[in-house]
Amino acid sequence: MTKDELITKLKAIIAPYVQDEEAFKKLSEDTDFVKDLKINSANLVDIILDIEDEFDIRLENEDMEKMLDVKSAMAIVNAKLEA
Amino acid sequence: MRTTEIISLLPYQKPFLFVDGIDSISEDAVTGHYTFKENEPFYEGHFKDNPITPGVILTECMAQIGLVCLGIYLLKDELKDSVKPQIALTSHQMDFYLPVLPKEKVVVISEKEVFRFNKLKCKVKMLNQNNELVCRGTISGMLKV
Repeated sequence: MTKDELITKLKAIIAPYVQDEEAFKKLSEDTDFVKDLKINSANLVDIILDIEDEFDIRLENEDMEKMLDVKSAMAIVNAKLEA
Repeated sequence: MRTTEIISLLPYQKPFLFVDGIDSISEDAVTGHYTFKENEPFYEGHFKDNPITPGVILTECMAQIGLVCLGIYLLKDELKDSVKPQIALTSHQMDFYLPVLPKEKVVVISEKEVFRFNKLKCKVKMLNQNNELVCRGTISGMLKV
């Protein structure tokens, strides 16, 4: 999967939970889920669960703790897909 | 874990405790009940001269039994005397079918849908004394020790 494909997939997963639509329009690898998109902690869990379903992977607590921005989400998904 | 112990760990008290007892509890589900007292403070204003239990209070009752009691049970191995669970309601979707009047007893049945990364999401329903559906929906919250 290319970087662009992965970002597109992640964007679709994140979209329903975004509170700051302006920040979402400008989404980049550096976009922070909580600080920029203003996603709450419960919806962050929803995103994790949706990522698991979309990519057929299983995420653990330590993945959750690392998944703060788009970049780290991409890294974790890629690492799981390669494992 | 005894059900009375769970109720004693609830962070609520009168006039905002809406759990009288827990009838059954497991890792997957909980059933509990509450009887709305005639003198609950909200009846004075909801509605004028026509006391009916507010939907938000029914939702609160369902959250206290269905989410918080179940959550305390799920966290039982991590809880200690000095450590109380931290809880926050994060979302709910509820449909209402019948009114609940003062002195009515309701039963809340909650089934766990998911409990991961501190988020507990449950499918809940409330029945009245005649076993009729009062309301049903889903409630989610964050719970951690």
